[in-house]
Amino acid sequence: MKQQIVTRYVPLLLLAIAWELASRLDLVSSTALPPLTDVIRAWIDLIKDGELITNGLASLYRAAAGLTLAIVLGAALGIFMAWWKPVNALFAPIVEIFYPLPKSALIPVTVIWLGFGDGSKILLIFLGCMLPVTLGAYNGARGSEQALVWSARSMGANQLRMMWDVVLPSALPELLNGIRTALALSFILLVSSELIVAQKGFGYLIGFLGANGNYDAMYAVVVTVAFLGFAADRGYLLITKRALAWRE
Amino acid sequence: MAGINQIASGGALPDGIPEKIARAAYHVFWGAARVSSIAVLLIAWEWLARSGTFTPFQLPAFSRVLDRIWSDALSGDLALNTGLTLYRAMAGFLIAMVGGIVLGMAMSRLRLARWFFDPIISIGFPMPKIAFLPVVMLWLGVYDTSKITMIVFDVIFPVVAATVIAIQGVERELLWSARNMGANEREILWQIVLPAALPQIMTGLQVALPLSMIVAVVTEMLMGGYGLGGAMMTASRFANSTGVFAGIVEIAVIGYALVKAMALIRRRLLIWHQEANAPA
Repeated sequence: MKQQIVTRYVPLLLLAIAWELASRLDLVSSTALPPLTDVIRAWIDLIKDGELITNGLASLYRAAAGLTLAIVLGAALGIFMAWWKPVNALFAPIVEIFYPLPKSALIPVTVIWLGFGDGSKILLIFLGCMLPVTLGAYNGARGSEQALVWSARSMGANQLRMMWDVVLPSALPELLNGIRTALALSFILLVSSELIVAQKGFGYLIGFLGANGNYDAMYAVVVTVAFLGFAADRGYLLITKRALAWRE
Repeated sequence: MAGINQIASGGALPDGIPEKIARAAYHVFWGAARVSSIAVLLIAWEWLARSGTFTPFQLPAFSRVLDRIWSDALSGDLALNTGLTLYRAMAGFLIAMVGGIVLGMAMSRLRLARWFFDPIISIGFPMPKIAFLPVVMLWLGVYDTSKITMIVFDVIFPVVAATVIAIQGVERELLWSARNMGANEREILWQIVLPAALPQIMTGLQVALPLSMIVAVVTEMLMGGYGLGGAMMTASRFANSTGVFAGIVEIAVIGYALVKAMALIRRRLLIWHQEANAPA
């Protein structure tokens, strides 16, 4: 088992070696691609002087706040849309129009509304991540088995009770899937909005280091963000598996 | 779903009204409700903007935004920017589509390709690729090449992943019977594997297409130049919020049209598939 994991990640090791050699042997200019070891050294320096951590925490706070809002309001909207037809008639066309909107277009507007700080990023992430959650909750809740709903009703459950005990659990798999999409989107929106305008955060740090020609450090931050995105997705998958264990 | 509606409305029917008329009225009513909600949204926008609750900078009136789009259309800016953005998004999308499907097929056929690319795809897919944008700028500059490269880099992952999963899911019996009837490998690929994998590949492409628009707009915002994203950024620098909102409306319309077009293509291509007969 352990050996399998090792062979599985050999290709990544090969890529890392190729990276190191390409810049050490001057196959590519070391400005464009600093050697991996230099990048690692720069990363350690960034951790030591605390820059990566302060900026990272600022970014994670924004992502977490926006995403939490998106999940709570998005899931509620999706379930209400599946449950009450008037809500559906009111919101479905709006969702349908805004869903395909490339959310990055909202970056300048959120800046106009809330300025350059945390508020505009949180609003952007909230707006951008809400619809995938809504759609997941809606599709999941709509697909809840009528037999379950009927039996709950015949057993005298009221609307609220039914929503909580029947509709929400059966909507859960699709809802969780929608949240996964939202999680990936939140990273994209976070980084791009911070690259465009910010005074702190990962995106700001990348832009700042790049503008100063400090490419080792810039690569270090880029790789950190990419890895965080990956880790968040994997961590989320683990939690989802737990949450859906009752279905097996 | 339709069945449930019928039960619900059927149960509430007063006696004596023919079911057909009742059902037609039901559809007309809810259809009108759908259209009117968009109208209400737009009217609310216009009214809020005019009422003075917000400054024109925070929320320019919808009519002013339309006016601005109209004048952009007359001056040719709209066509130029839309054309450029669409060109970049489509070029990136098509390259990623072809490359992604080929790579996905290679990964399902060749063990070596699978061994090499599998960990790269599984790590690269959930990564926020947009973080690599400054690196791509460093390598390729700020023009079309780097924008399209960025789009391909972002969009290829869902295509590859969908293709690999789709080909894995092709029923063994189909392959066996084809082989039994004397089909060679090429015929199997074109006549069995690809058609059978098409629904899932299309799903991957339907994820990839909006993503290509997102990335196109972001790269234009960051690298400047023409294009809808670039125009929005310019407008925002000059505190021209009417221009910013005009950009959003334009990008929303294009995004909507692209997604609808893709759904239409899916229907056309999969007309033989059972999903085409399923009630929408």
